[in-house]
Amino acid sequence: MDFSISLTINGVERRITFDDPRVTLLDLFRERLHLTGTKKGCDRGQCGACTILVDGRRINSCLALALSHDGASITTIEGLAKDDQLHPVQAAFIENDGFQCGFCTPGQIMSAVGLIAEGHAGTDPERVREGMSGNLCRCGAYAGITKAVIEAQKSAGEARTGEAA
Amino acid sequence: MNRFDYIRPTSLDEAIAAASQPGSAFLAAGTNLLDLMKGNITRPDRIVDITKLPDLDRIETLEDGSTRIGALVKNADLAYHEDFAARFPAVAEALLSGASAQLRNAASVGGNLLQRTRCRYFYDTASACNKREPGSGCDSLEGENAGQAVLGWSPSCIATHPSDFCVPLAALGAIVEIKGPDGSRDVALTDFHRLPGDRPDIETVLAPGELVVAIRLPAEAAGFAAHSRYLKLRERTSYAFALVSAAAMLRLEDGVIAEARIAIGSVAAKPWRAKSAEAVLKGMKAEPAFFEKAAREAFAEAKPSGDNADKIELGRRIVARALTLASAGTPTEMPALPASPFAPLPGASANGVAHV
Ligand SMILES: Cc1cc2nc3c(=O)[nH]c(=O)nc-3n(C[C@H](O)[C@H](O)[C@H](O)COP(=O)(O)OP(=O)(O)OC[C@H]3O[C@@H](n4cnc5c(N)ncnc54)[C@H](O)[C@@H]3O)c2cc1C
Ligand code: SF4
Ligand code: FES
Ligand code: FES
Repeated sequence: MDFSISLTINGVERRITFDDPRVTLLDLFRERLHLTGTKKGCDRGQCGACTILVDGRRINSCLALALSHDGASITTIEGLAKDDQLHPVQAAFIENDGFQCGFCTPGQIMSAVGLIAEGHAGTDPERVREGMSGNLCRCGAYAGITKAVIEAQKSAGEARTGEAA
Repeated sequence: MNRFDYIRPTSLDEAIAAASQPGSAFLAAGTNLLDLMKGNITRPDRIVDITKLPDLDRIETLEDGSTRIGALVKNADLAYHEDFAARFPAVAEALLSGASAQLRNAASVGGNLLQRTRCRYFYDTASACNKREPGSGCDSLEGENAGQAVLGWSPSCIATHPSDFCVPLAALGAIVEIKGPDGSRDVALTDFHRLPGDRPDIETVLAPGELVVAIRLPAEAAGFAAHSRYLKLRERTSYAFALVSAAAMLRLEDGVIAEARIAIGSVAAKPWRAKSAEAVLKGMKAEPAFFEKAAREAFAEAKPSGDNADKIELGRRIVARALTLASAGTPTEMPALPASPFAPLPGASANGVAHV
């Protein structure tokens, strides 16, 4: 039996047909839509490498059944940069050495974008670390990640104040 | 993962009818169910996806003053709901001490109640486990059991229920609203999960097809808002299940405890309300000696189920500490590390980590 869902992925609406109800969002992106930026670490909700935004909220795509997300709007790491212009969180990760091997990085960046949108951590390093604890980094780049998130949070705050002015 | 039939009902009645067929499982966010299916621990023939059912995602105050939380409300949405968190701060703190931000954004409160144990033999299909395969035995009895139950266990299963959320709910007298093929019924949360006895595979009172529709907190539960804490001891300070946890709530009148509420987590197959320990505190001054007495009472019936006698002592200390923190008052802001015991006790010097 074929299943058909519609998803808006990085701003583009797509109708997607597949033959197996077991497909997760993660496998859908990586195996069927050639969006391999989202990484598979544990495949069991434990590492955060697969973090994406669904309707603006960060979740683990490895524990999300594609069929359950019919109609959702999804942002993956591929959808952050605008043409050649990096997203401020991406830029902050480069600026602050927020990675080594880079495997966890798409998940870290998507999680940081989600964290900043949630607005509960501010620039308190303890709250940032706690808010990012769902993303593991085998290279131990945590110090740089925390700095990057705080810097991106500050520039997001400034951008918002700028808009209001 | 096995193949399954996928059904996405649009009404409660349709969902209940579909799930009444043997071999069915409800799917909420799937953060526990899909994990178990990937490990071949659970193999449902039919998945009934309830995520699109109407009206189950509301947090509302009813006419009698009670608070009703729809089963599909996300863990994060409940924890950050300002009015809810102000009235039930220990529930918010417990929610925020569980899992990760990503998981809390997805996970439903109904699924949290029904999440299954984290016993490692339950997860390992090569091991004997009466919960996964009734009658096969229990490899935890003679194996790794340091984190296992100290209350309410039986020789057929010594596993614990791992939820944080359920612990303050048990203390506050939460009610579970259930709907099934035979109509609707209410069950106290403390009666919702079953102790293992000789059937550890039957974990709750839900009959086939029965769905958790909502969780209700009675109006008087908000009376503890000024003195409520949840404390969670774990092997690392974030993103780990509890080794033992406690919810403590006090209603103080002129420094005297008019009423206390205590529940302990990860010590049994259900969230454990410690009513006799609550009784110890009634009418007493909010002082450490009484907190320690209540903590001893909370574990009076505890028995190690293996190499875990230390858990009883850890549990006593967590209960006493949670009571001490509750008596000092609910923090005005959610702590940066929710439910962490690594925060100085009120009145202690600010530098250095206090003993746990
Ligand atoms: C890495 C990791 C760490 C975690 N850490 C913690 C932690 O520290 N503390 C903690 O408390 N939890 C923790 N969790 C568990 C998490 O809270 C649960 O997985 C989650 O709450 C389940 O909700 P869900 O909506 O995803 O449920 P699902 O996975 O969809 O369902 C879980 C079970 O409930 C049943 N079900 C769901 N909704 C209903 C309903 N309305 N009526 C009847 N049956 C229903 C399903 O059939 C299934 O059996 C962790 C999970 C992971 C993966
Ligand atoms: S303790 Fe319970 S869940 Fe763990 S192996 Fe024994 S029977 Fe299974
Ligand atoms: S791959 Fe999803 S959390 Fe590890
Ligand atoms: S940069 Fe290598 S795992 Fe994080």
